[in-house]
Amino acid sequence: MTTDAAIETSGLTKIFGRQRAVDDLDLTVPRGSVFGFLGPNGSGKTTTIRMLLGLAGASSGEIRMLGAPMPGALRSVLPRVGALVEGPAIYPFLSGRANLLRLDAADLHAPSATRRARVDAALDRVGLSHAAQKKAHAYSLGMKQRLGIANALLRPRDLLILDEPSNGLDPQGTREVRSLIRSLAAEGTTVFVSSHLLSEIEQLCSHVAVMSAGRLVAHGTLEELRRGEVRVTVRTPDAANAARVLTELNLPLDEPASGDTAGSGDSVSAVLVDGVLPETVTAALVAAGVRVRGLSVAGETLEERFVALTGEGFDVAG
Amino acid sequence: MSRAEPARAPGARPFALLGSELATLFRRRRTIAMLGALALVPILIAIAVRVTSAGSSGRGPAFLSDITQNGLFVGFTALTVSIPLFLPLTIGVVAGDTIAGEASLGTLRYLLVAPAGRLRLLGVKYLGAAVFAIAASAVIVVVGIGIGALLFPIGPVTLLSGDTIGAGDFALRALLMIGYVSMSLLGFAAIGTFISTLTTVPVGAMAATVVLAAASQIMDALPQLSAVHPWLFTHDWFAFGDLLRNPISWDSYAQNAVLQLGYIVVFGSLAIGRFTTTDVLS
Ligand SMILES: Nc1ncnc2c1ncn2[C@@H]1O[C@H](COP(=O)(O)OP(=O)(O)OP(=O)(O)O)[C@@H](O)[C@H]1O
Ligand SMILES: [Mg+2]
Repeated sequence: MTTDAAIETSGLTKIFGRQRAVDDLDLTVPRGSVFGFLGPNGSGKTTTIRMLLGLAGASSGEIRMLGAPMPGALRSVLPRVGALVEGPAIYPFLSGRANLLRLDAADLHAPSATRRARVDAALDRVGLSHAAQKKAHAYSLGMKQRLGIANALLRPRDLLILDEPSNGLDPQGTREVRSLIRSLAAEGTTVFVSSHLLSEIEQLCSHVAVMSAGRLVAHGTLEELRRGEVRVTVRTPDAANAARVLTELNLPLDEPASGDTAGSGDSVSAVLVDGVLPETVTAALVAAGVRVRGLSVAGETLEERFVALTGEGFDVAG
Repeated sequence: MSRAEPARAPGARPFALLGSELATLFRRRRTIAMLGALALVPILIAIAVRVTSAGSSGRGPAFLSDITQNGLFVGFTALTVSIPLFLPLTIGVVAGDTIAGEASLGTLRYLLVAPAGRLRLLGVKYLGAAVFAIAASAVIVVVGIGIGALLFPIGPVTLLSGDTIGAGDFALRALLMIGYVSMSLLGFAAIGTFISTLTTVPVGAMAATVVLAAASQIMDALPQLSAVHPWLFTHDWFAFGDLLRNPISWDSYAQNAVLQLGYIVVFGSLAIGRFTTTDVLS
């Protein structure tokens, strides 16, 4: 194992009863990366994070975090790690500030002298300063989420592990979290973030891993993951005609969206195979008399890649 | 790029978590309500005796008939009345809540990720329950002495051995009494803390803990089980009479201390074994 990875797991497995919730996971999170950890509901993301943080023991496999074995070196590693696991948790009868003071006091290494200042700075960073004195049971969903993120920022961290940080946040909050992650990453903090908001991940992350039913199905830089087919999409009232032209160019047509038959909608798309240029397609369409309203060429979105990797099925894997 | 190694940072106070635990516990409305309810016990007794003071029949809880002569006995009467149910009930709530309460709120995972250290957290949680036991006993005795002094004549106290003691000596005996009763509850608090590590449903842990206190007292009342009586954690709960004799006999104090220590060791080890090895999935 190399030591310059922020997180490194090998053969990491967690078995619940008969279910392999995490199955033979080999994950490498480079230092300084913003690492997106994706997967459908129940695919094992939170379980993996629990094992990384020493909350749950691995059934087998090894973990190294910030260069030290986990959970063996838990006491020296965790103070350098900020975490949001499966949503925030609050003491409803305490104010937001008192919640953070308590969690900070739990950290054996956190200096008491700077506690109040650090708590106030963290509250400020997530925009909760004005609600700091409010009892946390009166917090809205997004306010609790912000409090959970503030808890991860109580001290300067080398690694942040954020399980769905944007859950429940308003658009401003989502933007704020995005810029927060960017600025932390710029300071050199490695950020490991799980999320279902693929557009967020696409904007933020340098690296991505995709889980499906406990197994890792993709792992690499964002570019590596998205590399793949480029599609051409033609908007036209003559869809059937356009589909014929694309087929003659040997471009594999996409399955039409459910409900439509090929060429019955007002757009047609196909994979732009290597060697066929967009201008060739345009010329062929015009030559065939197709009334082209628009033509676009785009690489695969992360969402398309995600669905391709993890399947269309909506039901969670048991 | 790794930041300074977090060796015990200068200025980090190892007892900060205990301070936070006690502050959280005693600022909580539930805790205050329970202490308030315990304070009501001596107040109700004093008022009842005052209103109906015509003739004391000699029946009723220990010390009851002494109250009209000396109000200082209200505290001891209230303690006697509270030991079988009210004290175990409130301490069962606090001890049963220690770990299960944090687990049900989800804050347990954040305390552990802080990192609080599982052993340290368990120790702090148990100490919190122990401090509550002391506070609960103290509230009953102190409020009892106060209300007794208010409603009844007070004066030199006549002990069970017939000797008479002054105010200073009486204060000492009252402290010893608080110490004895809260010590009697430490084994019970350890049982509650252990049960609390078994579940994420605090109400379940509280109920199970309180039921055990009742079961132990019932077993202690069955002569057929006399062989196990000395081993029951409730067995010496009422054996504080020795503190009201002259000279003080320390036998029951010492015997109870050993018994409670035994329970703390056994259930403390079970709690440690359980809590340091199980997954926190709440
Ligand atoms: N305490 C538990 N006992 C038994 N099975 C569990 C437990 N916690 C999680 N699982 C199972 O492990 C699998 C992975 O769950 P996990 O919470 O890691 O999913 P996730 O990827 O975080 O999903 P989501 O996107 O919904 O948060 C699920 O099938 C779940 O049922
Ligand atoms: Mg999850």
